[in-house]
Amino acid sequence: MNTSDLNGIIPKSNRLLDKARTYLDDFKAWVNLDSSNLSTGQQLAVKYFTVAVILFFAQLLFGMLAAIQFIYPGFLYEILDFNVNRMVHINAMIVWMLYGFIGSIYWLIEDESGTGIVGLKWANIAFWVLTGAVTLVVLVYLFIQIGPGKDSSLWFINEGREYIEAPRWADLGITAVMLVFFYNVVATFSKGQWSGIGGVLVLDLIALVGLYLAGMFYMTNITHEQYWWWWVIHLWVEATWEVLVGVIMAWSLMKLLGVRRKIVQTWLYIEVALMFGSGILGLGHHYFWIGMPEYWLSVGGFFSALEPIPLVAMVVHAVYDAGVHAFKTVNHPALAWVVAHAFGNFFGAGVWGFMHTLPQINMYTHGTQWSASHGHLSFFGAYATINIAFFYLAIQQWRGGVWMAAGAHHAWRWKWALGLLNAGVVGMTIALLIAGYEQSFIERAVEGSTWGGYFAAQNEPSFQRAMGWRLLFGGITLAGFILLVWDLLTIGKGETRKIPTINQS
Amino acid sequence: MNETPLWASESFWKKIAIWVTAGSFVILVILTMDSLSKTGAGSKRVPAYAVINKKIDYQFKTALHKSMPVIGDNEFLFGKEYSEEEARQLVDLGKKTTQTKNCMNCHTILGNGAYYAPDLTKAWLDQGWISGEMRENMMVKFLMDPANNARTFGSNRKMPNLAITEQEAKGIIAFLKWMSSIDTNGFPYNFKTIEAQE
Ligand code: HEM
Ligand code: HEM
Ligand SMILES: [Fe+2]
Repeated sequence: MNTSDLNGIIPKSNRLLDKARTYLDDFKAWVNLDSSNLSTGQQLAVKYFTVAVILFFAQLLFGMLAAIQFIYPGFLYEILDFNVNRMVHINAMIVWMLYGFIGSIYWLIEDESGTGIVGLKWANIAFWVLTGAVTLVVLVYLFIQIGPGKDSSLWFINEGREYIEAPRWADLGITAVMLVFFYNVVATFSKGQWSGIGGVLVLDLIALVGLYLAGMFYMTNITHEQYWWWWVIHLWVEATWEVLVGVIMAWSLMKLLGVRRKIVQTWLYIEVALMFGSGILGLGHHYFWIGMPEYWLSVGGFFSALEPIPLVAMVVHAVYDAGVHAFKTVNHPALAWVVAHAFGNFFGAGVWGFMHTLPQINMYTHGTQWSASHGHLSFFGAYATINIAFFYLAIQQWRGGVWMAAGAHHAWRWKWALGLLNAGVVGMTIALLIAGYEQSFIERAVEGSTWGGYFAAQNEPSFQRAMGWRLLFGGITLAGFILLVWDLLTIGKGETRKIPTINQS
Repeated sequence: MNETPLWASESFWKKIAIWVTAGSFVILVILTMDSLSKTGAGSKRVPAYAVINKKIDYQFKTALHKSMPVIGDNEFLFGKEYSEEEARQLVDLGKKTTQTKNCMNCHTILGNGAYYAPDLTKAWLDQGWISGEMRENMMVKFLMDPANNARTFGSNRKMPNLAITEQEAKGIIAFLKWMSSIDTNGFPYNFKTIEAQE
């Protein structure tokens, strides 16, 4: 390329940048949010929420691509293959939920500890480092996709292990960022005041970060490798994440409804006891068939069958409190999503999990669409919902603490977003459940799980119809998401009524 | 009525939470040490890598009411006898390749992964490879050029070309053969192997 070409390119790209900047400014003017309504800690939290929403969109988009490939296998063949789309789908999910959790915690610790975040400068740097790393990882997933069977591929392209595919350099970076985050939390509580919620939070975060380390190693022995891999996945979603959500719920119930601290903290301890007491050994339900000793059939079956109990306790707690306080709250959408969380967690994790957790049943459902049915309802019901609830709390503050309850303008938007998202995911869950039963029956029970049996089940009309329904309900989910974003950007605009302060009772 | 009973007090539940968590974790650590020691390569449940020199089958045992791996006489892979270290290296290459090619986001391995393509746990023993003699060659060819050797079973779903080299393909096959010898407590149930049909 000669220099005169370059001379032409620079002003051109400048003009493009200018244009982009004008669009961004127009967008900001339209949204019209005033960040001076937020503390500096909250300003950091909303950055995390913004990236979370963008990644949520990526999750749904790539889920749709993968769902289309089930029906038209030639779609994007050898361009964006199913494994690439699915990897982005589930990785974007894990990462957006972690972003949501981190944001929620930055948001609540100032209030909980009674002081500003300690080490905020580092926290801001960590945010940009993490976001840069996530972007790079996704670009490599999309454009490089796979590598030769060498260690360098594990270091720089992907580790090829479901849910935690991120290459090892990113693992180390994520760990470093998590240490900064952890420092912020501990130092903030130490400077301000500790509380029961603060104590549980810190111990839980130690476990959460520590567990991530268990998933960073390569092993030739597949049985050992999957053993440790489940430490991350299971002990995250069925132990540490559940407790983290318990912390967020405890704080939210005080803020949303004015429930007394003593009550939420006692409940929190009960939940920790029940959740860790069942979830830690419930890990065994993933050790039935990977080569591990037979005693895991009993240990895993027994303890995982107890896991729904804390989830029942959580529903009772949330619904009881909401009832006692006559659903009186200043933020209707947030409370609605909290209730969706309580039920979603109970049904998705508790009921759907219980249904296939005993080894006698899991022998047939293991590794079928049955698992996918449970995976969708549980991750959405337990974790997407609570994050969305928090987005509504955040936007209310960002708008200057305006009224978001009875008689709010355009309330149909949040109601329809809630309805469409939940209907979409429940619809997909049912479609996948039907597909899962069909697979368990034809592929596993009748055909003995051979490749011929697998495809016989995939080719059944009832299976194919289920894949069609899944795609349709996926579209409904996506529509609900778009409405949700529109609502989050506009809710409370032009509202002048302020919220009265809530007293704990 | 102003006294909070013990069972409803915060400090009581705090102690319970700590003890239950610590207790469960200690039990998990003990079980982990036991499980890992019983499943190293070369244990009864997880054979040594040199098992790739042997004939492997998976047969239903009526007394146990489940299928168990059965390790038979010599049956060399690619006509070569591997020492334990050579076998370990080959299986390692294969295992690593399954990760770097992201197999698990279409297939399941030991039943874990994605559901777009068949399970690989007993892929070495699958009747889809037609006969014991044809199997190795078919597998190498398929892995190196899946689009033109497609095995779609009427589903139109084709595995994409993953730029797998011949050496990597052999590694993957060694990994699959070794994995098929692992005692998986009877999963998958009632699986009919390529040996059973002959
Ligand atoms: C919010 C909590 C939970 C989440 C997010 C969750 C998510 C998941 C996901 C995504 C999988 C599929 C893993 C894979 O890709 O192979 C899975 C598997 C499984 N889950 Fe859960 N789960 C939760 C709670 C539970 C509970 C409480 C139970 C039992 C009562 C349970 C029982 C199971 C079982 C048995 C499997 C194995 C499925 C198989 O054999 O293929 N889960 N879970
Ligand atoms: C537009 C909506 C969505 C579509 C079309 C969609 C589609 C898909 C597809 C095609 C897969 C691969 C399943 C397979 O391997 O056969 C998948 C996996 C998965 N999706 Fe979604 N998805 C959507 C939304 C969601 C949401 C909202 C969540 C949770 C918040 C979610 C969580 C998961 C999980 C956990 C898995 C892995 C399941 C497993 O391995 O058992 N998806 N999705
Ligand atoms: Fe689990």
